[in-house]
Amino acid sequence: MTTKTLTSTTSVSSIIPALFAVVLGLGIITVTGHVQASTLHDAAHDVRHATGFPCH
Amino acid sequence: MLARILTSALFAGAAAGLIVALLQLFFVQPVLLHAELYETGALVHFGGDPVSAHPELPGLFDEPMRNLLSVLFTMLTYTGYALVLVALMSQAERQGHVVTARHGIIWGIAGFVAFHFAPGFTLAPEVPGVAAADVGARQIWWVATVATAGVAMWLIAFGGKLVSYVVAALLLIAPHVIGAPEPDTFTGPVPTEIGALFAARAFGIGMAAWVLLGAFAAYFWQTESARDAAAA
Repeated sequence: MTTKTLTSTTSVSSIIPALFAVVLGLGIITVTGHVQASTLHDAAHDVRHATGFPCH
Repeated sequence: MLARILTSALFAGAAAGLIVALLQLFFVQPVLLHAELYETGALVHFGGDPVSAHPELPGLFDEPMRNLLSVLFTMLTYTGYALVLVALMSQAERQGHVVTARHGIIWGIAGFVAFHFAPGFTLAPEVPGVAAADVGARQIWWVATVATAGVAMWLIAFGGKLVSYVVAALLLIAPHVIGAPEPDTFTGPVPTEIGALFAARAFGIGMAAWVLLGAFAAYFWQTESARDAAAA
């Protein structure tokens, strides 16, 4: 009984940090690779081309 | 758990990103700068006189701010990728799969296919000055293709059933059958030789980048896990 409870708690608590990390990671990729604000675009210009993101 | 993911992703992303940035500055940037001479009209080919294929290009230290920003944004981009990669590694491990640095190399190749090669297969890495459809439409296609290819790679790696492979193949092929947004007319002023070299270099560095990222991510994930286990 105790073991069961422990296992289910562990699995719930380990998927939420992973989800958070995925969202954070995708957020960073969106900012560096996709947001079209001109300052960001100019700063990331060469990287976007070299990494294969749609740029202009 | 969260601290472990964040720490290992940060180490892996920063380390891989730094190496990749240097590779890009050395191998991709000169091709990009060469293309920009045609994009801006400083050079014109097929205009009359033959144009030298080896013009004077700005050196690595002629535009320090531009190149520093490139290094910074490459490190950030690969940290973003690393966060996704390590999070997925943690889930694979939870399902009983082993993730060592050697496995990380395969993870990296799968990441390269999902994030770089699958979208680039139809929306080829763009040299500056290339004709292209609306950027918003291309971004939607890019995100959809990366998402379907990502799911496909997971199914190939962990599905284990015939139907998983079939679904994965369909997911990999579908975006390219549907087709990416394309320009109405070709207006690119850049010679095809430069465009082809640019795409080849972008893919080559991209693959090296992802192999490094996969190996580093798995290595740091293992190291951080071992440290946690020792502390517990």
